[in-house]
Amino acid sequence: MSKLKSTLGIVAIAFITLTVMSCKDNSKEQNSTDGDHSQMNHDNSDGHHDGEKKEMAMSGDSNAQAVLNDYFNLKNALVGDDNGKAKELGATLATSLGNFDASQYTDTQQSELKDIVEDAVEHAEHISESDIAHQREHFKVLSKDVIDMVAITGAEMKLYEQFCPMYDGGTAWLSTKEEVRNPYYGSQMLKCGKVQREIN
Amino acid sequence: MKIVKIIAIILLVAFVGIQFIPTTRNQSDTVPSTDFMLVNNVPETIQKKLQVSCYDCHSNNTQYPWYNKIQPVAWFLEDHIKEGKAELNFNEWDSLSSRRKASKLRSIIKQIENGEMPLDSYTLIHSEATFTEAEAEELINFITQLKDSL
Repeated sequence: MSKLKSTLGIVAIAFITLTVMSCKDNSKEQNSTDGDHSQMNHDNSDGHHDGEKKEMAMSGDSNAQAVLNDYFNLKNALVGDDNGKAKELGATLATSLGNFDASQYTDTQQSELKDIVEDAVEHAEHISESDIAHQREHFKVLSKDVIDMVAITGAEMKLYEQFCPMYDGGTAWLSTKEEVRNPYYGSQMLKCGKVQREIN
Repeated sequence: MKIVKIIAIILLVAFVGIQFIPTTRNQSDTVPSTDFMLVNNVPETIQKKLQVSCYDCHSNNTQYPWYNKIQPVAWFLEDHIKEGKAELNFNEWDSLSSRRKASKLRSIIKQIENGEMPLDSYTLIHSEATFTEAEAEELINFITQLKDSL
């Protein structure tokens, strides 16, 4: 009987020690995970799902026009202040950028395009997992990338390069329509901006 | 009571067991010639701040505190470093094109401005990594200059 008691005692001590130890580890991890990590995971999985879904729907589309279409869809979501939709469309755009095939261009153009696409993919991915203020920050640089891409690839339709002097020291974007609908301010200042260049 | 004993043993074995699973250590003796500090003329105070606040996760060399050698903390850290380096690796700075550099510099400015970096989980343990207002301003000014000179 006393043997059983002492065995039980040892087990109990071992168990308590372990519990305390594992709790400590857990709380340390949780503390340091708090917020950023769980959020990141969450957002990642969101973006990933959307990417996969759209990839299936878009397989075979590997030209600049596909990128442009997705860019305009994303722009319209930002004009409409729609954070959720912009996330989805950011992931779609990242996929179509990834599928972009530059092999028909010259070597210099190819390396330029590769650089543009690499940069643009990163911004599109960030858009797929950010709040709307961040999405707009990334959309600014993304727009520059897409404008530079169009300078090489051209576009099938008429495009308008528009410019808002107020957003972040002056910021451009592309639109298929002449009237200004501002993706950086949305409903807050929908018509702020002007057409600064017509393409085609 | 028997079940408690079994659970205790299983937990103990698992805890000891995971210590033997190898993790990749982010450590390197050499600083490549593409390093941010080597290719840019970075003032000494900013160099120090970048080392302390950024380089643990954004370079090929992490200064590991002792508890980061214990699982499962080590896994958690490994994950963070991997993610951090994928976003930005100061050691490989000069291998980026001007376009990419401008993008990264812009992100650095925004993240410091908004207090998103260094991560709270990092400054919790490394309080010296936090930016004071003056330090943030100094860094942002420097990075802005660098971006405009690209």
